[in-house]
Amino acid sequence: MKKNQDAAISVKENRALEVWRQFRRNKGAMIGLALLIVLVLVAVFADVIWDYENDIIQMQIGNRLAPPSWEHPFGTDNYGRDMLARIGYGTRYSLLIGFVSVLIGTVIGVPIGAISGYVGGKVDNVIMRIVDTFTIIPSLLMTIILVSVLGTNLFNLMIALSISTIPVMTRITRASVMVVRNNDYIESARAIGAPTGLILLKHVLPNCFSPILVQATLRVGSSIISAAGLSYIGLGVPLPTPEWGALLSASKSFIIKAQHMCLFPGLAIMITVMVINLVGDGLRGALDPKLKR
Amino acid sequence: MARWTPSSSDKEEQSVFKHKQNRQRIVQALEEKRASTSNAVFVEHLTVQYVTSKETVAAVNDISFTLPKKRTLGVVGETGAGKTTAMLSLMNMVPDPPGRIVSGDIQVGGLDMRSLSPSELQCVRGQEIAMIFQDPMTSLNPVVTVGEQIAESVLLHQDISKQAAMVQAKAMLAKVGIDPDRAGEYPHQFSGGMRQRVGIAIALACKPSVLIADEPTSALDVTIQAQILHLMRELKEENGASMILITHDLGVVAELCDDVAVMYAGHIVEYGMLEEVFNHTRHPYTEGLFNSLPNIRNRVALLQPIPGLMPDPSKLPRGCAFAPRCSYATDACREQAPDVHHFSDTHTVACTAYRDASFAIKRRDIE
Repeated sequence: MKKNQDAAISVKENRALEVWRQFRRNKGAMIGLALLIVLVLVAVFADVIWDYENDIIQMQIGNRLAPPSWEHPFGTDNYGRDMLARIGYGTRYSLLIGFVSVLIGTVIGVPIGAISGYVGGKVDNVIMRIVDTFTIIPSLLMTIILVSVLGTNLFNLMIALSISTIPVMTRITRASVMVVRNNDYIESARAIGAPTGLILLKHVLPNCFSPILVQATLRVGSSIISAAGLSYIGLGVPLPTPEWGALLSASKSFIIKAQHMCLFPGLAIMITVMVINLVGDGLRGALDPKLKR
Repeated sequence: MARWTPSSSDKEEQSVFKHKQNRQRIVQALEEKRASTSNAVFVEHLTVQYVTSKETVAAVNDISFTLPKKRTLGVVGETGAGKTTAMLSLMNMVPDPPGRIVSGDIQVGGLDMRSLSPSELQCVRGQEIAMIFQDPMTSLNPVVTVGEQIAESVLLHQDISKQAAMVQAKAMLAKVGIDPDRAGEYPHQFSGGMRQRVGIAIALACKPSVLIADEPTSALDVTIQAQILHLMRELKEENGASMILITHDLGVVAELCDDVAVMYAGHIVEYGMLEEVFNHTRHPYTEGLFNSLPNIRNRVALLQPIPGLMPDPSKLPRGCAFAPRCSYATDACREQAPDVHHFSDTHTVACTAYRDASFAIKRRDIE
């Protein structure tokens, strides 16, 4: 342990360093992180790598349904567009939808769940009954309803997905808060005169962090899949946007003639979801001091 | 990622800041409310109940005691006798619901704890009165470094920077015999005895004038117990604090305490100075406690436990709660609440048998 004059700062620095050291130890998480960085880079620089008008939208009918080749590693689609370019550009939409919808859902859901679980009693009852009305409708159906009411575009899709994420985050937070609040160290914090807000933020929520983080990463994956599913049935991002679900949807008529058209978008979805889960698992291990060996 | 959630740091900072702003005002209000007194703790007719839809549990029934400054009070009794509930109500921290302080007067350092607002209570807790918890394995937050946990207590009650608080926390660690360089480590990296030292450091960080120790050594092994008790006494004397020690262990009481309160089924049945309670035992229950100790002079002697069990606190008998187990019990004991008899200025016993002036209990080891 490094000795630092500035005690408080050294504790924080050590914490960040320690987390990184733990994270690095997990091979799967490191592979996941590397792939995730690649995916994020592709998403951020999609405009630089591909020209939206020429590479993504422009039809080249003469070259339709070409199998994978050096020129088109993932083949071409039914309008002769390069599948690699379309899938690469689609990373943007999938990651954006996955992360933003879970972020909104978490930012709203976690505080509600924390208050519900910590205060308990009548407040808890009222909040949870309201949340229950959202949970009784299957989340995909819920999203379909919301998208059809709000209209089909990227923003509405994210809103719809985050609304179906809120009850999940609320429930998991409430459950873990209820376990943690009965611990002696919460009573101990009250005994030194800590105000309720501080107890919730510093003592309760950090101890609920692992289940919330795991749930959030799982939700990123399932949001991407839900978005893909909605695009597949035509309720997601409108054509010709190269969203992965929409790509899959377009491939369904050509599944006999051109398998590459459904194979690669499917793989892209699968790998992305897996990568996010790997990173989430690594983070959970690294952030939880109890799991350190 | 130095923090747990991206937003928590700011909010935490804010809430601490707000807390600080208000504190000055609250401290002034507290000083106005404070009555001058020479007692660290004064409790009169305290009654605490746990009320549920099914039953009402009478955990503490009409207890009174005073703790002068710089003295140590030992509270002994069986599990469920109401010791912890009574001491939690000193901090006005009885879990509500279901707990309720029904009546009584609680004063800590001249402050009426029952009339304080929540923010005033927060100001008093930790600063005036602090608590050491029973199980060091669960009373420390596993995801916060021990240094931060000690510093938190300082930060809540003093207007100093985080860095200065951490310096104080390290000094506190050194005082309880832990290398200050370990301030950045987490509770799971410490052994049970060291964690209890950290617990003591947290409780004493603001130099409270009253320290409640709730069975501080029950979860530790015997060799560590002595160290911890020694440390507690040393620090208590250094700070000039008063202490209330809850324990099952009569040996610990003999070692540390000036006064003793024996609790049974929510009542204080015998109260007095150490010497009076231990050497001139008057109450049959206290007698039973001593008789159930192993006798070092006669190692083959059978232990003499008190027959029976403590009554269900939701269905306390009409008369003396100890009567069903008491070998001296008469009909008068079963019918009405016990009389209180004073044997000296300090020694009181709640037992009806002393109506008969010639009554005396038979303690095995004194004979």
